[in-house]
This record gives sequence, C-alpha cells and structure tokens, in this order.
Amino acid sequence: MSVNTTTTDGSQAATGSAGSVKAVSLPKPAAASSNAKIMRTAGIVLLIMGLAAPFMAGNFLIFQLTMMLIYGIAILGLNILTGINGQFSLGHGAFYAVGAYTAAIMMDQFGVGYLWTLPVAGIICFIVGFLFGLPALRLEGVYLALATFALAVVTPQLFKLSPFEHWTSGVMGIVISKPEAPFGLPLNPDQWLYFLTLAIGLLAYVCARNLVASRTGRALMAIRDNPIAAGSMGVNTALFKSLAFGVSALYTGVAGALGAIVVQYISPDSFTFTLSVALVVGLVVGGVGWLPGALFGGAFIMFVPNIAEELSKGLSGAVYGAIMILMMYAIPTGLGGLLKAALTALSKRSKTR
Amino acid sequence: MELLAQQLITGIATGGIYACMALAVVMIYQAIHHLNFAQGEMAMFSTFIAWQMLAWGVPYWLVIPLTVALSFVGGVAIERLVIRPLGDAPVLSHIVVFIGLFAIINSLAGFIWDFTIKPFPSPFGEGSQFGGLISNHQIGMIAVTMAVLVMLFLFFQYTRVGLAMRAAAENPASARLVGIRVGWMIALGWGMASAIGAIAGILIAPIVFLEPNMMLSILLYGFAGAVLGGLTSPTGAVFGGFMVGIIENLAGTYIPEIGGELKLPIALFLIVTVLVFKPTGLFGRTVVQRV
Repeated sequence: MSVNTTTTDGSQAATGSAGSVKAVSLPKPAAASSNAKIMRTAGIVLLIMGLAAPFMAGNFLIFQLTMMLIYGIAILGLNILTGINGQFSLGHGAFYAVGAYTAAIMMDQFGVGYLWTLPVAGIICFIVGFLFGLPALRLEGVYLALATFALAVVTPQLFKLSPFEHWTSGVMGIVISKPEAPFGLPLNPDQWLYFLTLAIGLLAYVCARNLVASRTGRALMAIRDNPIAAGSMGVNTALFKSLAFGVSALYTGVAGALGAIVVQYISPDSFTFTLSVALVVGLVVGGVGWLPGALFGGAFIMFVPNIAEELSKGLSGAVYGAIMILMMYAIPTGLGGLLKAALTALSKRSKTR
Repeated sequence: MELLAQQLITGIATGGIYACMALAVVMIYQAIHHLNFAQGEMAMFSTFIAWQMLAWGVPYWLVIPLTVALSFVGGVAIERLVIRPLGDAPVLSHIVVFIGLFAIINSLAGFIWDFTIKPFPSPFGEGSQFGGLISNHQIGMIAVTMAVLVMLFLFFQYTRVGLAMRAAAENPASARLVGIRVGWMIALGWGMASAIGAIAGILIAPIVFLEPNMMLSILLYGFAGAVLGGLTSPTGAVFGGFMVGIIENLAGTYIPEIGGELKLPIALFLIVTVLVFKPTGLFGRTVVQRV
C-alpha cells in the first residue's frame, strides 16, 4: 500500500488505472541523498541563472521569460491536481481566465493596486475551483476530462455576455497600465515584473512542495493511487478531492492575474481552450507528478511554438505538433520521468564502483 | 406551434451532424479507450480530399466511396505509424499525441488548401420538402446517419470481424489467446472511425462551409453527444447527438438572453448536468470496480 510513502513519484501511477494498487519502491537512503544533492545544486544554478537573466536579456526576452514563469505557476497548479491527486483537467484555462479577469476588473474598475489583486484572484479561484470540484467528484477519467473541457470552452463565452459587459467590456477587453518598480529600485517595469513573478513562483513552488510532503499531500496521493483504499483508511476522499481542485485553481488563478498584469491586456479571446490544452501539454512534457517539471513545461509551451514558427512559417502548427509527438516517443513520462531514470542509473553506477 | 415544429426539425437535422461525429468518437473509444481529439481534423482533411476530387471533375457518386476508402486507409496508417509506437504510455501522453496530430493535420490542410472558406455542394441537391420545412440535404443527412448506425450494428452483431473487434476491445488478453490479432483490430477501429468521420465531414461541409477550422465546435458537440449517450454505446451516441442538436436549437430560440453566442455553453452545461446525475451517460454501462 502506498499510503505511507512520501515519494512524489506520480508520473506512472497518476495516469494508470485508478483501481490497481501500485508497488512503490522507495529509493535507498544513500542514493536518495546523493540524488537530492544533485537536484539541489541544479536548483541553485537555475536560480542564479534566473536572477541574472533580466540584466543580460532584452525587454522582449524578459517578457517571454516572465510569461514562461507564469505558465510554470499555472502548470504547477495543474500538477497538484493531476500529478498528485490523479484528477484530469483540460479546463485550467478557465481558472486562468477567472484570475486574469479578477485582477483586471479590480484594477480597472476599482483602482486597486496590482499587488492586492493577486491574493484576491487566488481566493476567488480557490472558491470557484472548490465548487467545480464538488460535481466533478462524480466523474472520473475521460468524463472528468470532458467536463473540464466544457468549462474551458464556456468560460470565455461567459465573459462576452452582455449582463457582465459593464465590468468585462465584452469582446473589447480591458487594457491595464504597466506597474513601475516600487521603492525607487533601479529596474525597468519589465525587469520588475520578472522579479515579482520569480518571487511568487518560488513561493508557490515551496508551498507546493510542503503541501505534497505534508499529511494532506499523502492523503492526496493515496487517493490518486487507490481511492477505495484511501477512503477505508479514513481519508475524506470527497473533501480532499475538492480541496485539490481548489488549491490547483488558486495557483492557476494567481498565474492568470500575473499574466493579465504582464500582458497589460485581456479579452475573452485570450483564454480560448487552446490555453487549457497548452497547459496540459506543458504538464505532460515537464513530467506529471514532478513539481519542478512545471518550469520546463512552461518553457516548452512558451518557446517551442516560436521555434516552430521560425523553422517553417506556413507549417508552424505541423512542426509544433510533430515536436510534441516526437517528445512523447522519446520521453513518454516527460522530463521528470527521464530525469528520474537518469538519476537512478547514475546512483546505481556510483554504488557498483 | 409551427415555430416549435420548425425548431425541432432543425434541431434533429443539425443533431444528425453531431450524431455522425459522436458515432466516430465512440468507435475509436471502443477500440482504444481514449478520446481522439484529432478526430474532427481527420474528418476535415477527408472532406478536403473530397472537395479536391470534385474540383478535378470526378462525379459525386465516385467521390464518396473513394473518399471513404482513402480515409479508411489514412486512419489505419495513423494508427500504425503514430499511435502504435507509443505502446502503453500514460493516458496523458496519448492526449498530447492527439493534440500534436490535431496541430499537424490542421496546419497541413491550411497549407495545402489555405484558410479561405469554400462552398461544398450537397450530395442530395438543393430544394426542400414539406413546404420548405426541411431541406433535402437535412433529410439525406438524417437518413445517412441512421443507415450508418444500422450498418455498424449489423457489422458488430453478425460478422466474424465485428465479433473479433468486440472481443479485442472487451478483453485483449483473452482475445489474443483465441487467435484474434488485437493490434490489427485496433487499427481497423481507427480506419472505420476515420471513414465514418469522412462521411460526417461530407454531410456537414454543405452546411458550415469548408475550411480547416470547421470541425472544432462540431467535434465538441460530437463529444458532448457521445458522452450524453454514453461512450460505450453507439446507439447512445447517435441518440445523444440528436439530443444535443435539439437542445441547442430550442435553447437558442426560447431562452431570449442566449441567442447564437451562448448555444454551445448551454449544451455543454446540460451535458455536465447529465453527467453529474448519471456519470456514465444515459445509455452507458456502469463499470464495477474490483478492489
């Protein structure tokens, strides 16, 4: 029974059949600590690169990197739901849109400072996600995927509705002004937003890690691996599944709010279901159930379409699709799965030496 | 009253489109237990092939069987070349591959035939019956959908291949033990779904006009129909497709705030509601899980 394990390994189990009990082999302590050391070093190197990047890149690249981080936060949220709790969602673009609209309306209509919109967007999305999680309790697998897909399609339409036009400006969208760096920091607005996003992203990641390592996290994973067993061991399945939806939506909503501030413009057509689909692609490419994978997933959905565009103007969609498919052949469990396999091989070799 | 009848008939007619698409969705779902997001794009591509042949002056009665045959081969080829190498990768990896296929086919069609809207002639000609209440094309569409459904039923119920396909879907291991080539049965399922998609595309194109993105919302309705009826039942899928068409039309007519824009959300909302009360659809089998 995998209830007592603290491993975050979910790439296989999350996507396998829900009913089967998976044998989870815990890595040996020695190997685990050396792996953790490698990971920590890699993390610190990445962080230094992340801190240095805005001083070396042009403003447009900084903008792209900021968007990459924002998508990363959204994918992190999706990962909590899909990777850790085992529920599919093809509709996270909807929560992203709700977050973005919350931020935009608060700034545009009520003149609230942009920083204050982020927690409000998070809370509203948590509530929306939790409420959507309740009916979703009845659904599993494909049916859940479809219900969330419906959510993704419906949400942008709702923002076009005439009764809400007073706030949302309908199809016209809302223009937001770009915030300046506070306290007289010597940063231009792009750099400031980048650092803000980086800080929020780090906070989000640390929270997600702690959540996964906590009692709640173990309950979520137990539900993923075997809902019936989890329930019979005293886990309140319904509550935790809805909570997972809520937390996941919170992450994605904050990402959406950040996205609105960074892009400075939102309209219903910015949040079509292609956004939801892109988030799922990012999740799978990064590795389902591996939290740092969100960053790589974000990078993939931010930069690979541009690369495809450069390779072939007319057939950019085909190139992007082909890259996606080839990625899945090469690493069906995403970068997370690849890395795990590599680290296991590495620690085995060092032991035999 | 006349308005109601009119709207009901229009609903049934558009429902025929969704029913066709839902049928194709269920076919693949039966074979591989995945929802194929590229299904609509495959149908769109088939329709473009038909359009191209018509443009070259091939007569209509020849175009349809040729397109269906080509689509069948294409479906089998996609399964063999793209899906098979994936093996038993996680479900989400499959979904990403479908999304990739979607992007490839859409972009390719736009590249070959560009994104301008093209008119597509109806195989049933112009004109209408019952004093303009229903057009010949709509009648033809409903008839063809029903005919396909009956043929599928006969195929699965009374032929050896149909039986083998059902066995392969139901229990692959046992099917292999009695000598059924499960891999080819799956490929066959893809081929048939692709062929049905081609028929659906040809029927739909005269109504929505031909362009690479024409299938997007229709696939959604098709999914909706399939889910409403239950993904395990072809009959249910057809029924679900018709229901979605009717609901969409009536909601658009009788709920004033809705209008054109919100038809789709209403339909989807209803489907989610049905799912919440009956999670496996109206005609679906409940799968009992062993602990």
